[in-house]
Amino acid sequence: MSFFTRKKSALVWAVHLSVLLLVAVWLFPTLGLFVSSFRTSDQISTSGWWSALSTQTRQVPAIRVAGDEKEVNGRFIITGELFPDTDAKITAWGTSSRDPAAYKPDEVAELRSGATLTVSPTGGYTLDGPESFEGQRLPRIFSTATSPPEFTLENYRNVLFSSTAASGVGQSFINTLTVAIPATIIPILIAAFAAYALAWMNFPGRALLVAAVVGLLVVPLQLALIPLLQLHNAVGIGKGYLGVWLAHTGFGLPLAIYLLRNYIVGLPRDIIESARVDGATDFEIFVKIVLPLSFPALASFAIFQFLWTWNDLLVALVFLGTDDDTLVLTGRLVNLLGSRGGDWEILATSAFVSIAVPLVVFFALQRYLVRGLLAGSVKGG
Amino acid sequence: MAGLALKQIRKSYGPVDVIHGVDLDIDEGEFIVFVGPSGCGKSTLLRMIAGLETISGGELHIDGQLVNDIPPSMRGIAMVFQSYALYPHMTVFDNMAFGMRIAKADAAEIKRRVGEAAEILQLEPYLDRLPKALSGGQRQRVAIGRAIVRNPKVFLFDEPLSNLDAALRVATRIEIAKLHESMPSSTMIYVTHDQVEAMTLADRIVVLSAGNIEQVGSPLGLYDNPRNLFVAQFIGSPAMNIVPAKIVKTGTKTTIELPDGGKVVAPIKSGSALEGSNASFGIRPEDLSIVDGDKKPVLQGQVSLVESLGEVTMIYVDIEGRDEPLVAKLAGTHMFERGSTIKLTAEPEKMHVFDSEGISLQHL
Repeated sequence: MSFFTRKKSALVWAVHLSVLLLVAVWLFPTLGLFVSSFRTSDQISTSGWWSALSTQTRQVPAIRVAGDEKEVNGRFIITGELFPDTDAKITAWGTSSRDPAAYKPDEVAELRSGATLTVSPTGGYTLDGPESFEGQRLPRIFSTATSPPEFTLENYRNVLFSSTAASGVGQSFINTLTVAIPATIIPILIAAFAAYALAWMNFPGRALLVAAVVGLLVVPLQLALIPLLQLHNAVGIGKGYLGVWLAHTGFGLPLAIYLLRNYIVGLPRDIIESARVDGATDFEIFVKIVLPLSFPALASFAIFQFLWTWNDLLVALVFLGTDDDTLVLTGRLVNLLGSRGGDWEILATSAFVSIAVPLVVFFALQRYLVRGLLAGSVKGG
Repeated sequence: MAGLALKQIRKSYGPVDVIHGVDLDIDEGEFIVFVGPSGCGKSTLLRMIAGLETISGGELHIDGQLVNDIPPSMRGIAMVFQSYALYPHMTVFDNMAFGMRIAKADAAEIKRRVGEAAEILQLEPYLDRLPKALSGGQRQRVAIGRAIVRNPKVFLFDEPLSNLDAALRVATRIEIAKLHESMPSSTMIYVTHDQVEAMTLADRIVVLSAGNIEQVGSPLGLYDNPRNLFVAQFIGSPAMNIVPAKIVKTGTKTTIELPDGGKVVAPIKSGSALEGSNASFGIRPEDLSIVDGDKKPVLQGQVSLVESLGEVTMIYVDIEGRDEPLVAKLAGTHMFERGSTIKLTAEPEKMHVFDSEGISLQHL
């Protein structure tokens, strides 16, 4: 007896550990992307996303003293701020790359020709010399600064709304939605009707149709791309949203019909017959009984189809094209990788924009993945 | 008259016949129970009456109208399923109102009718609940309520109590009996394999076997006077004891010879053609009693098992001519040694004799 319980608990542990591992494997990159999308490019290039919440000490690239000089009591003074935009604190500074931490804040550095330089802890500097600095090369300040955690929405503003090169992500977001929402709803509508007919209505050739649907499941869609595009061009649909909706619908239907039929055929026969005795027509049975009871299956297929159309690149490129005003998010990301490959903050933000919607869809509908709607209708339910 | 008439009703699935021409007339207000072993076609017959199965041959009349090709909802029937078949996403009220809503009935009328049905079945506190929040008995009451709301000419019950536990089964059975009393003009057809339900509820029982009607009759009529061996063994629990025998003398009384050589005279008329033919002697376990004194026993054998149930004692007796032990059900408590010889007798009028075809001599 104890042998079995021990064995079972070991299995439970193994399951829990693998779940934990899977969650970690999935969660950490997502979290990293999420955090990175709120950081500036400086922060991304100097520290990892995991240190985003702690105060960071970093070597700031040399900043050359700049500013208008003022003459006060015969001395020439230039003042300025090293970090006008942030709350960084200086812990050490220097004037030469050989010894970038030679001075503490507020210490005075003697420069050549009698000039002095001081840097305050907050990054304010004062250059003080007996002669005008005009025409001279001003000194550079090397500093070690600690900056508090800082998050910015600037990346999102840039990516979604600005008209710079990173833009177009906002437009592409809309484009992808325009593709994905109808390409999810249309096949579900068609498939639900078809699934009911294939499951509960008697007509000649039904078994053959079901077999054909199963057969279509294994046809690779690449096979159909070119003929389908030619067909679209021939009938005048051409490249456009209608074409991509139709293509996604066609490619999604076999799986949709197959999944929904299998679910609907498993609904208790008595319920459907009871409705028939109650006088419901096939359409009424479908709308009032089968559709509400099939909601978990509809929702889970909707999740699959939405994710697949959202993440699709191939079908969209073929049937929608690569024009700027119709390019989908995946296509835009590919372009950004080429044109802005070094700008991690832009890439991270764009990537997060593209996974945000699938995440929302999944979390909104995941409870319907659990089949539990039949409770109470029949014995044991 | 809201009766039913089944004329040579047949059902076949491809080449396989499952119902072989059933003739039956059911009067308005009758409570008819179909019984039979699994696979005898009783549920199929009910579903054909409901219109859920097509009728392969013959005619079905409900209320004088031929309904072979009329859809279920137009036949004036309501059906209660074994699995309740409630709509799980609808409240009790919506479940009961579904049929009337489909028929586009007036909302106030729906409310009135559902209210009435709920009152009859004491479902009023549950009208807003979903089926999953109800117990099995309540769910079955909702299913019955849904049938009542339709105000049908014929109620069809397909093993409605099979999914309930024993106590609830008795309670719901009594409710169904009361329901029938309160609606005397409604015909009810009830399918079950439970003979207690059949005996207690039915005005008439239809015993089916392998797609044929074996006998139709009142519960006690079937019990006292089964037409053939099948009915004799199906009705009554434990089943009637059958002992192979030979007819040795015919006339107004029939004399048969049992395997152990004993002769029994049963007050049953028989034709002289039967003399010398094989037959079966039947006696119900509860009709057997222990021989007092020196009277000649009808049957005797060795006790193989005694089950004392308190109110009755079941004695299993090995006798000649039967592989299975004979069962005797004696009132009260009796003690017998295993292997001891027991002598049993029975009143002559309780005896049954079946010819070599298995037909009771009373029915020849």
